[in-house]
Parts: sequence; C-alpha cells; structure tokens
Amino acid sequence: MSGGAISLQGISKSWGETQALDGIDIEVPAGSFTALLGPSGCGKSTLLRIVSGLEEASGGQVMIAGQDVTQRPADKRNLSMVFQSYALFPHLSVAENITFGLRTRRVPKAERAERLTKVAALLGLSDYLSRKPGQLSGGQQQRVALGRAVISERPVCLMDEPLSNLDAKLRHAMRVELRALQQSLGFTMLYVTHDQVEAITMADQVVLMNAGRVEQVADPKTLYERPETTFAARFIGTPPMQILPATALGEIGARAEAATGRALQFGIRPEALFENREGPFEMVVTGGEYLGADALVSGRIGGSEALMRVPGRALPGPGAGLRLGLAPGDLHFFDARTGRRVTPPSGFAPFP
Amino acid sequence: MKIKRDWIWGWTLIAPALALIFLFTHIPALMTLWGSLFSTPRGRKPSHFVGLANYERLIQDPTFWKVLGNNAIYALGTIPVSMALALAMALLVNRPFKGRALARMAYFTPTVLPLIAVANIWLFFYTPGFGLIDQVLGLFGAGQSNFLGNAGTALPAIMVVAIWKEAGFFMIFYLAALQAIPPQLAEAAKIEGAGAWTIFRRITLPLLMPTTLFVSINAVINAFRLVDHIFILTGGGPDNASSLLLYYIYETSFRFWDTAYGATLSVVLLALMCLLAIGQFFLFDRKVHYK
Repeated sequence: MSGGAISLQGISKSWGETQALDGIDIEVPAGSFTALLGPSGCGKSTLLRIVSGLEEASGGQVMIAGQDVTQRPADKRNLSMVFQSYALFPHLSVAENITFGLRTRRVPKAERAERLTKVAALLGLSDYLSRKPGQLSGGQQQRVALGRAVISERPVCLMDEPLSNLDAKLRHAMRVELRALQQSLGFTMLYVTHDQVEAITMADQVVLMNAGRVEQVADPKTLYERPETTFAARFIGTPPMQILPATALGEIGARAEAATGRALQFGIRPEALFENREGPFEMVVTGGEYLGADALVSGRIGGSEALMRVPGRALPGPGAGLRLGLAPGDLHFFDARTGRRVTPPSGFAPFP
Repeated sequence: MKIKRDWIWGWTLIAPALALIFLFTHIPALMTLWGSLFSTPRGRKPSHFVGLANYERLIQDPTFWKVLGNNAIYALGTIPVSMALALAMALLVNRPFKGRALARMAYFTPTVLPLIAVANIWLFFYTPGFGLIDQVLGLFGAGQSNFLGNAGTALPAIMVVAIWKEAGFFMIFYLAALQAIPPQLAEAAKIEGAGAWTIFRRITLPLLMPTTLFVSINAVINAFRLVDHIFILTGGGPDNASSLLLYYIYETSFRFWDTAYGATLSVVLLALMCLLAIGQFFLFDRKVHYK
C-alpha cells in the first residue's frame, strides 16, 4: 500500500455570516504525515471533514491522488478516517467493528478473516476480537478504531484528534506507535490536533492554522526554529516563545528597529536564555516554577514579563538580578504591526 | 443494635409507598383472584364457594372467545403498525428541516388528547353521510358508508383510531433514542461505504432495540388496557364485533353486575398480560444491546 497525495486549492467554508475557512491551499505529499495544528475553533476539524467528504466546501477544490474528488461522496474518496470519539459501533464485536467496511463492500469472507487476523495481530487485538467495545479500555478502543481504518488499506487516512481521550502516558505510547504504523504501511496521513507536542513529534509537515487561515506550513524543526509569525511563535514550545516589545530591550531594540526601518517585536525562547556575566539583558527574578528536570524562572526584562528555563537545581530566589546571554541567532524579529517575521539585513549584529 | 435500627428505619421509609401499592394494586388483585372462586350474590342468595366453576363457564363462553380473538386481532394489527409508524415519524423529524418543531408537535398532539376526545373526533370522521370520510369519498361519487355499524369494519375502524393515538406517543421514545445515537457512528459507517439503508439496518435499528422492547411492552399493555374509545364509537357492537376483553369485563361486572364472572375474566386478563410481558423479555433479550 502506498499513499496518495492530497492537494487542497482555495478551500473556503462559511455558515451564513461566519467564515470558518478562508482560501486554504495545502499540499500533502504522498506517504507523508501531515498534522493540521491550531487552537480550538480554528477550522482544522472542518477542513478535515471537507477532505473526507462529510462536509461540503463552500468553494475550492479537493484533489486526492491526482483526482478531483470535490463532488464525490465520502465513500468514493478512497480514504479511511479515525474519529475523536472513535465512533465504534457499540452493539458489534471488535471483529465486526474492524471488518464493517469490508462487509459493506462485499469482500469475500475468507479474505475478510485473513485480513482481520493480520490487522488484529498488528494492533495486539487478537485476544479481544469477540468483545464489545464497552468491555475494552480507552486505549484498546482506540486500537479498534485504528484497526477499522487500517484494514481497508486505503492510500489516505484522516484522523481527528484520535489521542485526546487517552491519559498522558498512553498518549505518548500511542504517538510512537501511530507514527511507526504510518511509516511501515506507507499511507498518507492527515492528522488534526490541537496539541503541538503531537504535531511536532509525529509529523513530517505541520500546517499551523489560525482563525480559518493557514499561518505557516513547515517541518517541525523549521516551525520551532523559524516561526513566520508571532502567532506561530506563541503557539509552539512549552512554554512558548515570549514576544517582547522593542522598549523592553532598550538600546538593542532601538538599533534593530533602525536597521530594519520598522517597528519591531522580539521573540525569545525561554530555553535560549542563559546566565552570562557579559550578556546583553538584565532580568529581575520575581518567581520560579520547579518542574523536576528543569525549572522556569519568571522575571522582568526591561519591565516586560519574561521566562527563562534553567536546570532544576539552580533556581534563583525572587529579587535576584541576573545578567542573561543569548546567541544572536536566537533573537527573532517580528514586524510590530503585521506580526510577520522580519529578516535583519545581512551582517547586522543585534548585540554590540 | 445498630443493624437492627437500620432495618426499622428502612421499613419505616418505604412503608407509605408499600401501603399504597398494596392497598390499590396487590390486595385488589388477590381479592379478584379470591372472588373468582365464588358465585355472584343475587337477591337473597349470598355468594358461596364454587371452586373453578366460573372458569369452566369461561371456557364454554363463546363471547369470551370472541372478544379474546378480537383483542388478538386488535393487538396484532395496531402494535406493529403504530410502532413502524412511530419509527418512521421519528426518523423524519430527527433530521433538520424548516418547521421541524411544528411537525413534532403535530405528531405528538393525538397523545396529549384524552382517548375519549379522540374518539369523539373520529366519531365525526366516521359518521355516515356527513362525516369527514363520507364527505371526501362523496367527492369521488361513493355512496354512504357505515364503518362503525358494520360487523366487518367496526373492529378495523377502532384499530385505526388506536394507531392514530398511539403512534405519536411511541414516536417520542424513538425520537429520544435516535438523538442519543452519536452522529459520528453514521459518519464512520458512511466512510466505510455504507448506504442509508445499511446504516439504518446495521446501526440505527440495533441501537434502538432497547427502545423497541420498551415500546412494544407498553404497546401490548395498552392494547389490552385502553378501551375508552369503544364506549364512544361502537359500544362493543355490532354483536360484539368490536368488543375487547377489558370492555367485556366492564360490561359483565358493571352493566350485568355479574361480579364473580367479571373477577374471573380479570384474572385471565392479568395472567395473559404477565405472560406477554415476560415472553417479550425472553424473546428480545438476545437481540437487545444495552449500553
């Protein structure tokens, strides 16, 4: 089984006055794992439902594996889908749930049994085939939903927050497993999540959405290292990047604004800051949060709230004044008006 | 000491409810059973123990078999039709359309009306000559009809009224059950290639089974319990053609004042309903999936 590429062109969706999606263009390469990431209400689930055919777009085109499927019903799009609630049929056994699609498509009984055995072994469900979904744990139910999607051997699989009902430990295990499953079977995955950790750890490509628009499309590393907008900067990272006004950085801020010729905001990741006696910033500590492996020091840089990640053993007390250093590449410039990333002129050194 | 006091408390708390249920349900039932073993007191002749004589009379009573047969036809005719109609109406008003609330209300209206009022409305429909049905049929040149006065059509005419009255009531249960089914199930099935009919047969219908069991038990009970409309429409006639078991019990006990025989008929009715309800539980048990 190999994946099919998904191409969305100018997808929009509106309910009366409400514009849920506005001119979405996304390319999902065949066989890739693409995450649709965004806060709740940003339209990512609606977009997924438009790809699946369960929802009709108000405008635009959906192409799957090179074919225009915009007008096709859900079952003619050659894809499978896993729902947030799993949508298992409560009155059917695990085996019947998994083979439901094969039965409706009249796959011969012998082949159904053969494929069921394979999928059940793959997902570790072999011992539970005769149980009802209500007799399974949340994690097992999740696997049954996966089984139902996997057994159809479709080139495209859509998932709508499939892990959000699991506890943290299980979620981590399932992340690893899902990624391995997708890579070994080779289907194209379009995965909706509001959890940036899921997107960053699993996806080849992350589509960050905000208020019905695409904010940034990038691989996880680029999304983390070079956020294109302040929204992306504030969404990615735990805790996310902090955005400081130019005034907070004093002379450094003024120099950068002069060099780029516009009003700026500055992005600094808490983990990029470090203590350095010759460093350019002064932070007054106001508190701290011990997290075990490390700690977050909260304080003020030039009057603005700021956070710094430090090793857990070295938590400074409130009131202390710290001199902080930062690698020049870790200071991100954003246009204060549009929120878009600004690249400083080449050769410009932010710290004198 | 503590345990003993809890025991007293428990009984004290359920005593009022128990007293009521015994006073108005269990004791009368037992008294009926007891009464069915005695003769009816007439004039100076007091009631005396007759054993199973009343039951022997019952077996040889052609009217009893007639009304029992009528009741069987009535139940078999009204229950499936009203339930199917209820499900169809529920499916119809479960999907969004303009004026949905109005349609729901319209379907439910017959339930709100007392059966006596319903019977009066239908009496007008059925009236020979100038009733609604005859007026409509008259447009097509048909002559007068007398559905209620005809031995062949009196029972079907009564059944139509019952279906009209019951379907809306059952619809409410089906509608509630339909709304409890997550829409994702149908969506998941749709993606797996299931059409509307497959979704209905393999998902909706099985998930409605608990409701179907509940409704069918209620329907069976109602088929034996509701006879108000017979008083208005036919009075059981002509020649008992539209009489049902409970109506016959009423006539025997309170029109002919043959109370012992009335008690005997009541015992049979009670036993029959217990049997039917228990039977339905066993019949449906394997097919019902409870959450």
